[in-house]
Amino acid sequence: MKYRIGEFEEIVLLTVGILEDEAYGVNIKNDIKTRLDRKVSVGALQAALRRMEKKGYLTSEQGETTSKRGGRPKLFFRLTALGHTALVESRETRNRLWDAMPPPAFPQLKLS
Amino acid sequence: MPEQTKHAPPKLAMRLFSWFCHPAYHTDIEGDLIEHFEDNIEENGLKKARLLFFLDVLLLFRPGIIRPLFRRNSFKHPTMLQHHLKISWRQLVKNKGYSFLNISGLAIGMAVVILISLWVWDELSYNRNIENYDRIARVMINQTIDGDIQTSWSSPKQFAPALRESYESNFKYISSTSHFTGRALIVGDKTIGRAGMFVEADMPEMLSLSMLSGTRNNLDDPYSILISESTAKALFDDENPIGQTIELTTEDILTVTGVYEDFPDNSSFSNAHFFGSWKLFEQWQPDWVGWGNRWFRTYVQLADQVDLESASAAIKDVTLNNLSEEEGARLNPEIFLHPMSKWHLYSDFEQGKVVGGRIKFLWLYGTIGLFVLLLACINFINLSTARSERRAKEIGVRKALGSFRSQLINQFFSEALLIAGFAFCLSLVLVALLMPFFNEVSGKEIKDWWANPVFWLLGLGFTILTGILSSTYPALYLSSFRPGKVLKGSIRMGKKASIPRKFMVTVQFTVSITLIISTMIVYQQIQFAKSRPLGYDQSNLLSTYISDKITEKYSVFRDKLMQSGFVEEVGKSETFITQTYINNSGFNWEGKDPSLTEQFYTMRMSHEFGKTIGWEIVQGRDFSKEFASDSLGFVINEAAAEYFGFDDPIGKQIQWGKNEDYHIIGVVKNMITQSPYQPVKQMLYFLDYDRSDVVTLKLKADVDIAEALPKIEGIFKQFDPVRPFNFQFMDEDYLTKFRGEERIGKLAGFFTILALFISCLGLFGMIAFVAERRTKEIGIRKVLGASVFGLWQLLTKEFIVLVVIAGVISIPLTYNYMSQWLENYEYHVNLSLWVFLAAMMGAILITLFTVSLHAIRAAMANPVTSLRTEA
Repeated sequence: MKYRIGEFEEIVLLTVGILEDEAYGVNIKNDIKTRLDRKVSVGALQAALRRMEKKGYLTSEQGETTSKRGGRPKLFFRLTALGHTALVESRETRNRLWDAMPPPAFPQLKLS
Repeated sequence: MPEQTKHAPPKLAMRLFSWFCHPAYHTDIEGDLIEHFEDNIEENGLKKARLLFFLDVLLLFRPGIIRPLFRRNSFKHPTMLQHHLKISWRQLVKNKGYSFLNISGLAIGMAVVILISLWVWDELSYNRNIENYDRIARVMINQTIDGDIQTSWSSPKQFAPALRESYESNFKYISSTSHFTGRALIVGDKTIGRAGMFVEADMPEMLSLSMLSGTRNNLDDPYSILISESTAKALFDDENPIGQTIELTTEDILTVTGVYEDFPDNSSFSNAHFFGSWKLFEQWQPDWVGWGNRWFRTYVQLADQVDLESASAAIKDVTLNNLSEEEGARLNPEIFLHPMSKWHLYSDFEQGKVVGGRIKFLWLYGTIGLFVLLLACINFINLSTARSERRAKEIGVRKALGSFRSQLINQFFSEALLIAGFAFCLSLVLVALLMPFFNEVSGKEIKDWWANPVFWLLGLGFTILTGILSSTYPALYLSSFRPGKVLKGSIRMGKKASIPRKFMVTVQFTVSITLIISTMIVYQQIQFAKSRPLGYDQSNLLSTYISDKITEKYSVFRDKLMQSGFVEEVGKSETFITQTYINNSGFNWEGKDPSLTEQFYTMRMSHEFGKTIGWEIVQGRDFSKEFASDSLGFVINEAAAEYFGFDDPIGKQIQWGKNEDYHIIGVVKNMITQSPYQPVKQMLYFLDYDRSDVVTLKLKADVDIAEALPKIEGIFKQFDPVRPFNFQFMDEDYLTKFRGEERIGKLAGFFTILALFISCLGLFGMIAFVAERRTKEIGIRKVLGASVFGLWQLLTKEFIVLVVIAGVISIPLTYNYMSQWLENYEYHVNLSLWVFLAAMMGAILITLFTVSLHAIRAAMANPVTSLRTEA
């Protein structure tokens, strides 16, 4: 089985995995920002989340309605087994490629 | 942490977001946005936070997030569509009367629009079949006559050579041509009359004649001729026409060198059935023809890269440079080019400038067509909303069962589209039926309209547009009902609900009354001009052109006719009495105002012509053979007497150019020999037997014309066996002057009747609805002792009020517009109040009739049945 995920999708999936029970929109966004120093727009993030939910890598669950956030509930995401497999596969693919790569040779850089 | 800030995120962005966001994602993403916004306020301040909020919302506008355009693709999943259509169909079948009113009203409206569009299409495509349509122009001239700039497209024959000599680089082709002229074409013992032109060799190239056989570039040979396919058929049947010879009445023998495809009807050259050589035509012209004799026409095709304005400006002074200084300063002639694309629609000139032309009819009829369609749409809207109460339950149930509003709207749209579709089919049938009549009235030859793919595209597009336009309001209105209220049965449309309906009925009748009044005024104007005193007697008067063969033996010819016993008098003249177009200048007389250009219309004639047409001498006497000096005598009309400014014109001397002095021997009553809408122009009549080739006969009053004509033709044939005997009754010829106006009148009348009919259909539907709604009320009133008359009054009153309001709106509008229209005619009827009142009374009567059809039935109904019914 082929799992195709993009670079950004991979980051999002990983972040959701890291955050475990606290993975909802704002948290994910902030976590990516602090960990990777990468700014993500709400639109890009949400589009990716919904896309991967459709693919079955994520499930979502609505949280309690609180008075914060203008009374809107949080939507928590959770990595599925399928999502996990996809991440592992992605990592292995890279590893295989890394293993196959010869050590860097820079013949023109001669230290005299 | 500071206390929770109470700043709300920007409302506009929130609304925008909730508008485009997929409903399933909406709440939690919005929550994220708000949380983010609150964090941002702390971090960056309110202003920046708001900005970032906006930015975030905009960035959310992406495929994964926005709501799908259609909830369901109804073509992929046609169940609902099928359902809608089935329900719509059942609605139509269940309410046959209502469906009939709705569909037929819409169909008539569409038929009118289709007819008008076809007409407009035909007008716009005029001349477009010619390949170099946008490069061809005719040469026109502006001249100042008595302070007015007059425009004409007659040219002297010197134009083309002058253009060739000095301005050749501007033009690709240049050609002098004759006017369209009728000629007898003779082949063996066969003679047919055909109109055509004599042109230079450039002309067939310019028109890019599509040759069926032979060649189009042989007209440099004076004895060569090109003929149209239909002419070739008529002359030679199936023989090969190339190389055959055709004889003209001038005894010139021409060889056919080419056959071209006939021009279509909507072309300036549709009459061109032959092209002869200009070289031959030039041989027939007298030697003295100069710059002042504008007897010809000049056409050009612009060179590539040259635009019309610059070419037009370059040749401006061609005539001026060739006139004497004195004449040039007086006439101030200016040459310009008039492009082919404007010949047909923009050819009215005033003071040297284009002021429109037929294009105004395009606008006029286009507007009428739109209004008629509007009336039909209003009917649709009114009937649908009026019946809304009946469908309120259905809507309530649908909503209670979970129908979205948009689904209900879709349902009404599909219903409207179904009705519009039926109406379109019906309108096609109507158009097919009306087409012969329409062609006759509009003077068109529209055929094969169904073969044009553009027609179908536009037709279908228009049907959909009409369906959507007319169902938007009902769909929004009906789908807005609240199911709770509706199902409880408490919904009662108050007075407010009927206001839009009343408004629309008023609009309908405003349009209808406006059309009625306008039509009446057009007819009045035609009648007014028709009944204008002619000044001579047209009955039993017929005229025909004669050839030199008759002119040479004119007195013998005349005696023969007089002896035949059918003819009361015979006279000869230069032109038909109904069309005196020849004018002359260069007159001088005692006491003449030097600023006058002294232009007179002139008519050469024989001694008896005046007596033949029965003119009325008011002063002096008619020409007489007893006075030899009459050969230099003028009979003038009253307008001329005024123009000369003589107290007693009889015996006054008039000097005319280098001719000998003329003297006035009589004054004749003004006769209408030109446009019946304009004042009579100053005219001079004088004797000349050589240059007058129209013979006019006055038949005896008791003669059987059918019997007399063959005998008279026999006499003509004795003198001129070749030329066909084509004659024209003067009273018929005169009536052709009204054809343009009659056409407007007939078309306007036709559209008025349809508009009125549509309005009445609508009214009929409305009264049926009102009566039905008030069944119980009427029943109770009756039980309590109301009379049938009283009830009738009750029902009709509100409609009459609407019609009166419509009249009050339409009268000033129409008055304004129609008095402008009448300004076009110098001789016109005065608008009188009674036309307006009559139109309004007519509208009221028609309304009363329509409404009464139903109102009386409702008023007569037995109250027992109406009160017993359970509702």
